[in-house]
Amino acid sequence: MEVDRGAMECAVDAQSLISMSLMKIHSSRTQRGGIKLHKNLLVSYVLRNARQLYIKEKYAEIYRMQQYEEVMAVCSGIQELDPLEPLEPQGAEDAEPEQPVRAAGCGEESRAAGGREPEPPYYRSCCMEDQFSQNCNKTTVLDLDTHVVTTVENGFLHQDCCCAAAPQCAPGAAARKRKVDSAACSPDAEEPSDYTAGRKRLKREECSGADCSPDASNISNLISIFGSGFSGLLSRQADLEQVCSKQALASLGAWTRAIVAF
Amino acid sequence: MAGKRKLSERPGGGSSDVQWCFSQVKGAMDDDVAEADIISTVEFNHTGELLATGDKGGRVVIFQQEPESKNQPQCRGEYNVYSTFQSHEPEFDYLKSLEIEEKINKIRWLPQKNAAQFLLSTNADKTIKLWKISERDKRPEGYNLKEEDGRYRDPNSVTTLRVPVLRPMDLMVEASPRRVFANAHTYHINSISVNSDHETYLSADDLRINLWHLEITDRSFNIVDIKPANMEELTEVITAAEFHPDQCNTFVYSSSKGTIRLCDMRASALCDQHAKMFEEPEDPNNRSFFSEIISSISDVKFSHSGRYMMTRDYLSVKIWDLNMETRPVETYQVHEYLRSKLCSLYENDCIFDKFECCWNGNDSVVMTGSYNNFFRMFDRDYRQDVTFEASRENSKPRSVLKPRKISTGGKRKKDEISVDSLDFNKKILHTAWHPLDNIIAVATTNNLYIFQDKLN
Repeated sequence: MEVDRGAMECAVDAQSLISMSLMKIHSSRTQRGGIKLHKNLLVSYVLRNARQLYIKEKYAEIYRMQQYEEVMAVCSGIQELDPLEPLEPQGAEDAEPEQPVRAAGCGEESRAAGGREPEPPYYRSCCMEDQFSQNCNKTTVLDLDTHVVTTVENGFLHQDCCCAAAPQCAPGAAARKRKVDSAACSPDAEEPSDYTAGRKRLKREECSGADCSPDASNISNLISIFGSGFSGLLSRQADLEQVCSKQALASLGAWTRAIVAF
Repeated sequence: MAGKRKLSERPGGGSSDVQWCFSQVKGAMDDDVAEADIISTVEFNHTGELLATGDKGGRVVIFQQEPESKNQPQCRGEYNVYSTFQSHEPEFDYLKSLEIEEKINKIRWLPQKNAAQFLLSTNADKTIKLWKISERDKRPEGYNLKEEDGRYRDPNSVTTLRVPVLRPMDLMVEASPRRVFANAHTYHINSISVNSDHETYLSADDLRINLWHLEITDRSFNIVDIKPANMEELTEVITAAEFHPDQCNTFVYSSSKGTIRLCDMRASALCDQHAKMFEEPEDPNNRSFFSEIISSISDVKFSHSGRYMMTRDYLSVKIWDLNMETRPVETYQVHEYLRSKLCSLYENDCIFDKFECCWNGNDSVVMTGSYNNFFRMFDRDYRQDVTFEASRENSKPRSVLKPRKISTGGKRKKDEISVDSLDFNKKILHTAWHPLDNIIAVATTNNLYIFQDKLN
């Protein structure tokens, strides 16, 4: 999704939209008349849109830093934040931002040995839990009562996989083979459910909480991260203030192609 | 009614030749608005003689148009209060620990069958009520077994018999709940629509549409269910639904994704498969963070002819030909100058406002509300649009409404209002057009304005 930032009169950036949206979701719980499903659904779309842009900017940020060790640290931080988000491909160009994560994670390895697949641990997602599985069996849920992010054993959540629209493409396999073919999965422009888990837990009046199994060991506290405006993720807070331009994104693509070539 | 001009005798009702005048305003004058007084729905009945409003406090107020006086045949009658009653009370859902809003979401009149009037009203959740509004202007006197005050006489004391007679009394309008249709909805009810068969009606919530029979309260048929097996896969909700004005098997429902589905109840019992789907592809140049919000449809209304339907989303009104699903035949921008302000409107929640829209009697003009107590009319025949303001300042009887202009460019002309000075707390969400005449009812936050065109 390309956001025409020029069209926005007010100074909107993805971060403030994300925190604004979370505030709305949170306050809707105490509103009279019960949770409004429609409004919360719309807020989740804004959240998704803002988060997608934020993550794109984040990768451009990574590109500018050009330090692979630091990139690896950031990647693990981002990954904990978005375990389900391999950046679903919406088009060929949008698929690229995912590459640097994987390629960067390989570090020296992938550049040296082009055919090697990136190691999974630093990039956990539901897709990569089981390479051969067609189903995603884990999802991350934010419980606004306890402010704890938990991993939920759940059924098939195809929207959260990177290849929702392409049944022929095993999600796990695609994630690994991405560097070979950036368009391994058919683009799925509509990923409406790829929103922060807070909305899921909140807006449903019937909670399928029976499936929840807390797994607190590797989970960060989403609220505290959002509260500090993502600054907890990176050591260089000042860089966060800068908004990535389209040029940065374009050059990001060139960089990833360079990595792939290796 | 004597003196009433048919709409067919005058072109449209559009801005080219019609002058709209202030007629009446109802409601409190203070600026301090009580939450309970906020008007939440406005609806004329099928003859236009009655005008009903619902408010957030669960009350229904019905106005009746006075018959035109013989002295002034050119003047239309005024609307005066006919009946007031409490339709819904605040409730508490003990199972879910939820307070249920008593706000009246929709009122729909039933076509009149006898002397009494019937209307359906629904609150934000749970119940739909059928109200009978009847007049009483006579009362019986002279019962044999009862005293005048109602106490029963001892039968042994009755020595003569007489026939009770009806004596005139002051007109009394009674509203009594005849049916309560309850507990068929889990989510917030957003629409009710009476079928052209006059026997059934539908009610729609975020995820389901139910079909009721007006006589049967303890069950309803579910005809549309878009709830996904896994709620985390939810991508859209139902925002409005309406029966076709003539075809009793056809209804439409709109979604938060900007689509309208037309369903035929003859095809199957559960109408999850639509017969037609109306959707306009999104303009990629207009993509923004808020694209999904502003494409959500807030109202859908069939034209009186049944050939067209109109949808309202945040920034525009679209007219669809039922025979063409790929795009609307007409699109009118209501307040395009707000497109660059979407972020602020998201912040103050205005972007979630649900505007309604309505047709005039001969489907030549459509009307919808906006902010700053503005409302807009779009003349389809003359391709003209006009903006008016409902305000106390323009409230001299029979004063002609002056069209308003919003200045979008840098230079503001005289009498223009700049976008930055618009009051977003003053919004007109609900409007109604008399089915047979050029009389409109426009609801501001807590006032009801009635305008009519100038009769020469």
